[in-house]
Amino acid sequence: MYIVKRLFTMIVTLWIIATLTFMMMHFIPGDPFASDAKMLPEEILENMRAKYNLDKPLAEQYFLYLKDLAQLDLGPSIQSKTRDVNTLIAEGFGPSALLGIQSLLMAIILGIGLGVVAALNHNRVLDYLSMFIAIIGISIPSFILAPLLIKYFGVEWGIFPVASWGTWQHTIMPSFALALGPLAIIARFVRTSMLEVYNQNYIKTAEAKGLSTFSVVVNHGIRNALIPVISFIGPLFAAVITGTFVIEKIFAIPGIGKYFVDSIFNRDYPVILGTTIFYSTILIITLFIIDLAYRFVDPRIKITSRGE
Amino acid sequence: MSRLLEVNDLKVSFRTYGGEIQAVRGVSFYIDEGETLAIVGESGCGKSVTAQAVMGMVPVPHGKVKNGQILFGDRDITKLSKKKLQQIRGSEIGMIFQDPMTSLNPTMKIGTQIREGILKHQKLSKNEAKEKALELLRLVGISDVEKRYSQYPHEFSGGMRQRVVIAIALACDPKLIIADEPTTALDVTIQAQILDLLKDIQKKRNSSIILITHDLGVVAEVADRVAVMYAGVVVESGTVDEIFENPKHPYTLGLLKSVPNLDSPDKERLIPIDGSPPDLFAPPTGCPFAARCPFAMEVCVMHMPDKETFSDHHYAKCWLNDNRAIKVEEMITAGSEQLV
Ligand SMILES: Nc1ncnc2c1ncn2[C@@H]1O[C@H](COP(=O)(O)OP(=O)(O)O)[C@@H](O)[C@H]1O
Ligand code: SF4
Ligand SMILES: [Mg+2]
Repeated sequence: MYIVKRLFTMIVTLWIIATLTFMMMHFIPGDPFASDAKMLPEEILENMRAKYNLDKPLAEQYFLYLKDLAQLDLGPSIQSKTRDVNTLIAEGFGPSALLGIQSLLMAIILGIGLGVVAALNHNRVLDYLSMFIAIIGISIPSFILAPLLIKYFGVEWGIFPVASWGTWQHTIMPSFALALGPLAIIARFVRTSMLEVYNQNYIKTAEAKGLSTFSVVVNHGIRNALIPVISFIGPLFAAVITGTFVIEKIFAIPGIGKYFVDSIFNRDYPVILGTTIFYSTILIITLFIIDLAYRFVDPRIKITSRGE
Repeated sequence: MSRLLEVNDLKVSFRTYGGEIQAVRGVSFYIDEGETLAIVGESGCGKSVTAQAVMGMVPVPHGKVKNGQILFGDRDITKLSKKKLQQIRGSEIGMIFQDPMTSLNPTMKIGTQIREGILKHQKLSKNEAKEKALELLRLVGISDVEKRYSQYPHEFSGGMRQRVVIAIALACDPKLIIADEPTTALDVTIQAQILDLLKDIQKKRNSSIILITHDLGVVAEVADRVAVMYAGVVVESGTVDEIFENPKHPYTLGLLKSVPNLDSPDKERLIPIDGSPPDLFAPPTGCPFAARCPFAMEVCVMHMPDKETFSDHHYAKCWLNDNRAIKVEEMITAGSEQLV
C-alpha cells in the first residue's frame, strides 16, 4: 500500500516537472531556428516549424508531447537530424552513469572514511587535518577544481589524460572533480554524527562487553552514525547529477549532460524536455530506493500506509 | 569470604576548558565475594567515574587515573593494557548502566547484542551462544524468548530493556557486577522488580554487586555494606546496620533524614540537605562538607579530617569523631547541663 502510494506520487511529480519545464522553455526568448533565420527563406522556416508542431497553439503542443511521453517516446531532436531524443539518451547514458556512480561511490567511501577518522581522533591532529581537507572540498566548486586538475595532473605532470573518454584513466579526474564537494560534506556530516553516537550509552555498553575496538567502532558506531547520512545521499545524488552537466562539458565527455547543455543553447526543445525528464526520473527513483534502504537499516521505521 | 576487589586511594581527573576537574579524590573501598556494596551520594560526587575506573573505561585522552590501585585478584586494573582490559570486561566484570532507553544499540537485534559478548569471551558456536542468550533472557524474567531474541530495543518497555541490559552484563557469568543507578530511570513499581531480580541473581550465582545509587531506600533493600561518597571521597563506610542505626558523619545523617520513612504510613516529608557540593575545579583543603555542615568547626575548614574507625567495617572522616572533639559532641547531645 505504501509502495503503491509512493509510485503514484512519483508519477504526479514527474508530470509536474514536465509541465513546468515545458512552460519555462517556451518563456525563454528565441526558438530552435533563430540562428538559421537569417539564412533561410521564410517558407522553409514555416515548414520546419510545422514539422516539429511548433506552429500549433502551445496548449496543443503540450498535449501532443504528453501523449508521446506516456508512450515513453521523447520525440525527435531538432538539432540532430539522424537521432531522436531516446537514442541520444541511450548513447549518452553509459558515460554519464559511469561518471555519476563512480563519483558518488568515491564521495561516499572516502567521505565516510575521512569523517570516521576525524571523529575517532576528536580534537587531535588527524581530526584537524581531515576537517581542513573537508573545508577545502566544500569551498572549491567543481568547475574551478576541474581546470586546476587538468592543468596540473593533466598538462604539467602528465599523470592523467587531459580530457575525453575511453580508458579508466580518463574517468579519474572528472570523477574526483565531481566527488570532492559531496565527499567533504559527507565527511563533516559523518564526523558530527559519529561524535554524537559516541556519546550514547550503547557505545559504553558495547565497550563494557569487552568487544574489540574495531567491533565497537564498526558494529555499534559507524552503523548508527550512517543512518542520518543515508537520508543525505538523496540531495547529494542530485548535486552529483547536476554537476555532471558542467564536468562533462569541461572534460568533453560524450554523456547526456553534454547534450543537455548544448540543447539549451540551441533551444532544442525536445532534448531539453527529454533530458530533464530523464534526470528527474532517475532522481525520483533514487530517492525512493534510499527511502526503502533507510527503512531497512533503521528498524524503528516501519513501512506503513500511514507513513511515519 | 575472600577479597574480590580492592580500591586504594583512587584519584581521577578530567582536563576541560575550564581547568582540571578532580572528580575522584582518593577513594578507597573493597568488596568480598558474594557481597553487595552500595556506593551512595548525591549526583556529581564521582560515583560513575569510580565505576568507569574499575572497568578501565575512564574516557581518554581528557580523563586520567592520577593515583591509586584497583586490585582485582592479582591484577591492578590501572596498569593493564587495553587488550587485557577487554578480556576482563564482560567476562569477569559486567556493567549495568543507568538509562535503559539509551544503553542498547537501537539498530541491533537484542539477541545479537547479548550473543556478542558471549562469542567474544567463550569458545562457543553461534548456535550454542544463542542457546545461552535465550537462557539468559529466561533468567532475567523475559517470556516468549524465541520471539524476543530477534526483536529490536524499541519493541521493549523501559523495564524490559533494563532486564536485557542485565542479561548482557550477566552473559559470561562475571564475578563482579557493577550496576550504576540501575533503577533510577524506571517507574517505582518496576524499580522494585529490577532490584528483586538483582537480589535473586546474586543468590543464584553468588556474584558480587557494586550498586551505585543516590537512593538510600534502595540501599536498605539490597546492600550488605555501604560507602557514602561526597565530593570525590568516601566520607563514611560500614555495614547497612551501622550506617542506618549509627551514622557517624553529618552528611550520612543528612542523607538519612532526606529519605522518606518507609515504615510510617503517611510518608514523611523529605528534608533535603541545604546548599550544594563544592566546586571540583578547586576542592576545599579541609572537610568538603564544611560549607553545608550544621556542626562545622574552624578545624573543619582548615584540615581534612582523618579516618576514624569504629568497627571492622565502620569508619568515617569527620572531626566530630576525633578524640579532641568528643567533648563537643557530648555537649551537643547532653544539651545545656555541661555548659553551665
Ligand atoms: N567525561 C567527563 N569529562 C569531564 N568531566 C566529567 C566527565 N565525567 C564526569 N565528569 C565530572 O566528574 C564529576 C563526577 O561525575 P560522576 O562520577 O558522573 O558523578 P555521579 O556521582 O553522579 O555518578 C562531575 O563533576 C562531572 O562533571
Ligand atoms: S569534619 Fe566538620 S564540617 Fe566536616 S562533616 Fe565533620 S563536622 Fe561537618
Ligand atoms: Mg552517575
